[in-house]
Amino acid sequence: MASRSATSIVVQGSLRARSRDWGGAVLQVLLILALLFSLATVLVLVFDQLSQALPVFQERGVDFLTSDLSSNPANAGVAQGILGTAIIAVLVSLLAFPLGIATSIYVEEYAPDNRFTRLLVLNIRNLAGVPSVVFGLLGLSVFVAALAAAGVGNGRNLISGALTLTVLVLPIVIITSSEALRAVPSTIREAGFGIGASHWQVVRKLLLPAASSGILTGIVLALSRALGETAPLIVAGAVLGSYSNSGGSPADTLTGPYTALPVIVYDWARRPQAEFRELTAAAIIVLLVVTILANAVAIILRNRAERTW
Amino acid sequence: MTTDLERPTDAATPTIAIRPDRGAATGDEDPAATPAVRFADFHFYYGQFRAVKAVSMSIRSNRITALIGPSGCGKSTLLRSINRMNDLIEGTRVEGLVEFHGENLYAGYVDAVEVRRRIGMVFQKANPFPKSIYDNVAFGPRVNGYKGNMDELVESCLRRAALWNDVKDKLKQSAYALSGGQQQRVCIARAIATKPDVILMDEPCSALDPRSTLQIEELMRELQDDYTIIIVTHNMQQAARASDFTVFMNMADDRAGYIVEQGPTAQVFTNPTNQMTEDYVSGRFG
Repeated sequence: MASRSATSIVVQGSLRARSRDWGGAVLQVLLILALLFSLATVLVLVFDQLSQALPVFQERGVDFLTSDLSSNPANAGVAQGILGTAIIAVLVSLLAFPLGIATSIYVEEYAPDNRFTRLLVLNIRNLAGVPSVVFGLLGLSVFVAALAAAGVGNGRNLISGALTLTVLVLPIVIITSSEALRAVPSTIREAGFGIGASHWQVVRKLLLPAASSGILTGIVLALSRALGETAPLIVAGAVLGSYSNSGGSPADTLTGPYTALPVIVYDWARRPQAEFRELTAAAIIVLLVVTILANAVAIILRNRAERTW
Repeated sequence: MTTDLERPTDAATPTIAIRPDRGAATGDEDPAATPAVRFADFHFYYGQFRAVKAVSMSIRSNRITALIGPSGCGKSTLLRSINRMNDLIEGTRVEGLVEFHGENLYAGYVDAVEVRRRIGMVFQKANPFPKSIYDNVAFGPRVNGYKGNMDELVESCLRRAALWNDVKDKLKQSAYALSGGQQQRVCIARAIATKPDVILMDEPCSALDPRSTLQIEELMRELQDDYTIIIVTHNMQQAARASDFTVFMNMADDRAGYIVEQGPTAQVFTNPTNQMTEDYVSGRFG
């Protein structure tokens, strides 16, 4: 090893760290602890429910998923809840997403920049923060009443329930889609116009594809919200207890009494019988699985959109 | 085509190379033919602020015209008035006349989208779409309802942009995977795919290295036979090397841009009539 010259000693001395970065190290530890704490909370909750739910699946297996609601814990199942949640997922997707994305396109691309537009956007943002039970009241007084007046049963059905949740998640879709559109570099818009594309062609063929991953993220958020909301559905007329709708036609399913997985969870959690503890946990696990599946579809679509470039 | 960087031997000439004069003296066409683009007493306003004043100039077809001048003198604004890109900015207003082959571009019946199909643009920083190279070039024809053989069109445009050999095996790859100079050539291929008459170039080489710059200048010379090219450039050497006509603009005291002098490049650079032009091209300001 060569002897160190005087220059080398001075330079090395100046390059060496003055003192250890204690603040940085402590911060790093705190951040890791925060992450572990969040993870632990989720894991503890899930495992706690899973351990309670396991006996139900072991004893009754698929029967739990195919049975209707019942006051007898030995017979009660989540079939009607799965059906209700699935139909809600489809209806909300069909209603909220096109409407929300179209609104965000209008606000970002076509609306003139005046006070009315700014007021509109402010109101949409405020709606995103309204407590969800308020939307339930809205659903009850508007959608349920309208359907009842139109002769569709007593108005408390999957249609009014899905409409209520649509209105609830609409602001989320609008806001996240607007952010996604705004994040597209303006150079792409300019290039599109420069090539002689019309405004709509620029939106449809350039901006929407470029914003698609952001928009799909918004859809994931909105769908999770819609599938997990309990209070609005209860207020707007989902059934607590039990009902029979089996053997009906699709029209009967849509216009008759209904329930959803989160409503079942709420209902069973209130029951005094000890057996319902396990059933509640099992219903929670089913709800989690359904939510993960619904999100997985949207996330796969988003990853495919991102992967291309 | 061999390089045109001939150095004048006259001791009084500036130290920048000037291309051989293809301007007024070719004699192979009627100089009184309708110019591709013509400005007559043109003023441009951003809201209350007048950015360009009293511009009158004619752009000859199938020639390369350079707009030069210091920063902020309105060159880009003027360029973007030709293909009505300034329409996209709120509050802009024009006065005066801009004609494209004799037709008023700002007449009531004129659709700005159609204007931009006839007058293409290449921007300062290469801005290919986040799509494949093929889809970038095909985008313009597709939105115009092109029904012919797209593969042939894309290939011919990429060949004219001197990019075909580099990318023919990777047409489906993202345009973003290319180097800066290649991306700019994709943008040029994209611009010519809609078969415009005029190509506007807003400092297309300012973000490129010298080698890519020279390649693009060569490209401009080759495209000249089929297109009219108007280029805004900060680089005087480039204007002198690559253009047939030069328009020199400056900013007046009211911060509006105006034309100081215009004419064949050789004359503007070696024998300008205005002292300000002389000062600018010899680097005394700007």
